[in-house]
Amino acid sequence: MFAWLPENVSTYGGDIDAIFKLIYYVVGVWFVATQVFLVYCLIRFRRRSGNQRSKYLPGNTASQAAWVLIPCALVLVLDLWIDFRGADVWAKVKLSRPTPNLIVRVTGKQFNWIVTYPGPDGKFGTADDKKIDNDLHVPVNQVVRVLLTGEDVIHSFYLPHLRLKQDVVPGREIPAWFEATKTGKYEIPCAELCGFGHSGMKGFLYVHSEADFKAWVRTQWPSAG
Amino acid sequence: MIRWQLAYPETEIPLFGRPIGPDEYNAFVTMHGTIMVFFVAMPLLVAAMGNFLIPLMIGARDMAFPRLNMMSVWVLAVASLVLLASFFVEAGPAAAGWTGYPPLSARIEYTGVEYGLDLWILALALEFASFLMGGINFLVTPINLRTRGMSLFRLPLIVWMIMGASILFLLSVGPLIAGAVFLLLDRNLGTSFFLAEGGGDPLLWQHLFWFFGHPEVYVILLPAAGAMMEIISTFSRKTIFGYKSIIYAVMIAGVLSFLVWAHHQFISGLDPRLAMPFSITTILISVPFAFIIFSMLATMWGGSIWLTTPMWFAVGGLSVFIFGGVTGIFNGSAPVDIYIHDTYFVVAHFHSTLFSTVFLGGFAALYYWYPKMFGRMMNEFWGKVHFWGTYIFFLLVFVPMHLLGVGGMMRRIADPSKYEFVKELLPMNEFITVAAIGLLLIQAPFVFNFLGSMFVGKKASENPWDATTLEWTTPSPPPHGNWPGAIPAVHRPPYEYAVPGVSEEWLPQSRPEGAAS
Repeated sequence: MFAWLPENVSTYGGDIDAIFKLIYYVVGVWFVATQVFLVYCLIRFRRRSGNQRSKYLPGNTASQAAWVLIPCALVLVLDLWIDFRGADVWAKVKLSRPTPNLIVRVTGKQFNWIVTYPGPDGKFGTADDKKIDNDLHVPVNQVVRVLLTGEDVIHSFYLPHLRLKQDVVPGREIPAWFEATKTGKYEIPCAELCGFGHSGMKGFLYVHSEADFKAWVRTQWPSAG
Repeated sequence: MIRWQLAYPETEIPLFGRPIGPDEYNAFVTMHGTIMVFFVAMPLLVAAMGNFLIPLMIGARDMAFPRLNMMSVWVLAVASLVLLASFFVEAGPAAAGWTGYPPLSARIEYTGVEYGLDLWILALALEFASFLMGGINFLVTPINLRTRGMSLFRLPLIVWMIMGASILFLLSVGPLIAGAVFLLLDRNLGTSFFLAEGGGDPLLWQHLFWFFGHPEVYVILLPAAGAMMEIISTFSRKTIFGYKSIIYAVMIAGVLSFLVWAHHQFISGLDPRLAMPFSITTILISVPFAFIIFSMLATMWGGSIWLTTPMWFAVGGLSVFIFGGVTGIFNGSAPVDIYIHDTYFVVAHFHSTLFSTVFLGGFAALYYWYPKMFGRMMNEFWGKVHFWGTYIFFLLVFVPMHLLGVGGMMRRIADPSKYEFVKELLPMNEFITVAAIGLLLIQAPFVFNFLGSMFVGKKASENPWDATTLEWTTPSPPPHGNWPGAIPAVHRPPYEYAVPGVSEEWLPQSRPEGAAS
């Protein structure tokens, strides 16, 4: 089951996978228990002869109701456990705003990701801004903040290997962040139906080592040296 | 055809003669969702079962407002025609997903779809109007027209479930009708309710849609769950375990269903602080449903289980519904949803819950009430072939589909071979497509059995299943006015099987106290 997950290459991906596994084992036990019970009932209580009489169990006394209420209470406790474990991870990925080492803007537009770098001055809207279609270059082991904006319809910025997904909504600027832990080239598909070109709308995330990233910056902004 | 494209991208589809393009793919996905939810599940489960069963089960000659009812049917027919017509207009039918998110759906240039999408909105609006009329009937009839002795807590559970579904629908549909009007205005008159450049907000639609959308799921689910309860009780020869508590559990689930809508929007750009409260309400909804499932299992415990075709379908539906229920916890958890949102995990999850109820529950109901509807029995052997084929092929399609979602495959992509990480999943996609074709083919015995049994089926008696509720006290099929003579009065709760101290195995609701044994 977990072998199907794409390799995780972000700092928080492991936390998300851990909640996934927690839920898998909790509900797995319930699933097997209820199915075994169901099959057991079908075999043990199947009608063998015409005059076999069933028990009368309306479930209206406390001792009978307990058979259903105690498992329900267990479900409630497990639900809350999953919720509270999950709340911490949610806060880490979506609520916290770690100080970024790099800020880029990504704009979704049918059917491209337009990546805007603020350039050496670190400010958007200045002459050294640089726009690149569909290629996002970042350094490894550094916090990257992505400011997501949209020009036409809703898109969804999806980094499966980093366990990050965030819808891109026209008229809003939505911040997201990630810290990649491994160099490489990863896909950035769009995960929200955005029109006839939706299938195939994708970019690439290039995670460079620190030296490679510096070299890439030098090729893009040679004058800044 | 959707599955073919996913398994063998860009190849010619058998019987269709050519590959489908991405715009057609989007249109097919949209129309599949719309037709299944609004034009198959709702009419079959809510309307057909409601209209046939409510009067028979509560002891009434007909529904409370027969003319309104007729109007509801004809409006639904017009709605279906409008939707079908959209396939034939220039630039094709709607292609913005069954959820129709703007701005994609709000501007012609974003999808290239012209009148098709307007017709889609119109068809939905007509369908809602039809169900508003029907829903009023489903509420008023059981409240006002019950026969003597039929107190509210003696109603069969399926009547409660249809009433619950009607209440949910009536309360939730208003905002969506407003949303649909806004969307039509945005498309045709240049307003900007959902367009950011004109000061609108695309997320507004998502709130309006999902405030309706989640209760809507229960509108479909509850009547089918009710049918499964009737059938499990009858064929276990046992009274329902916790009859009143099930009704209260459904009420709790109904109230909660209005408080979970944002779980479709965890990553939509909604303030992320809102996610956890909605995640908690969503996961908590598992408690009333767990209660209902445990009560069904307890109903089977100690029974004398008679394994007829309807019983197999009801039990199979329960089994798959448990599966769909537990996978819902993954989606409900906000952090896990970051990863699996809009992947095939979600697709597999809602097919597990809706297929189990709409199709398995719906088939259970058809096999169970068929003798009452047509006066003849369906063939048991072919019924069981149909059940096992459907059950096994269903699992072969939808269990592996969860793995596609775990692999990260997005929903609504016309060509999975365009992505490196999805390409690896292609063999699984092929397997699922073959299984889906099997699932389709195994419906053939049902079609023949359903149609053929009308002519050659064994004649059905009044009460072929030895069941206790009122519909089994009139001839099969029931005459005009439902009972040839006086309407029977009711003397006891439903589901009185194997009552201690009574020699008969079952006591119909209509038998007077003391007249028996």
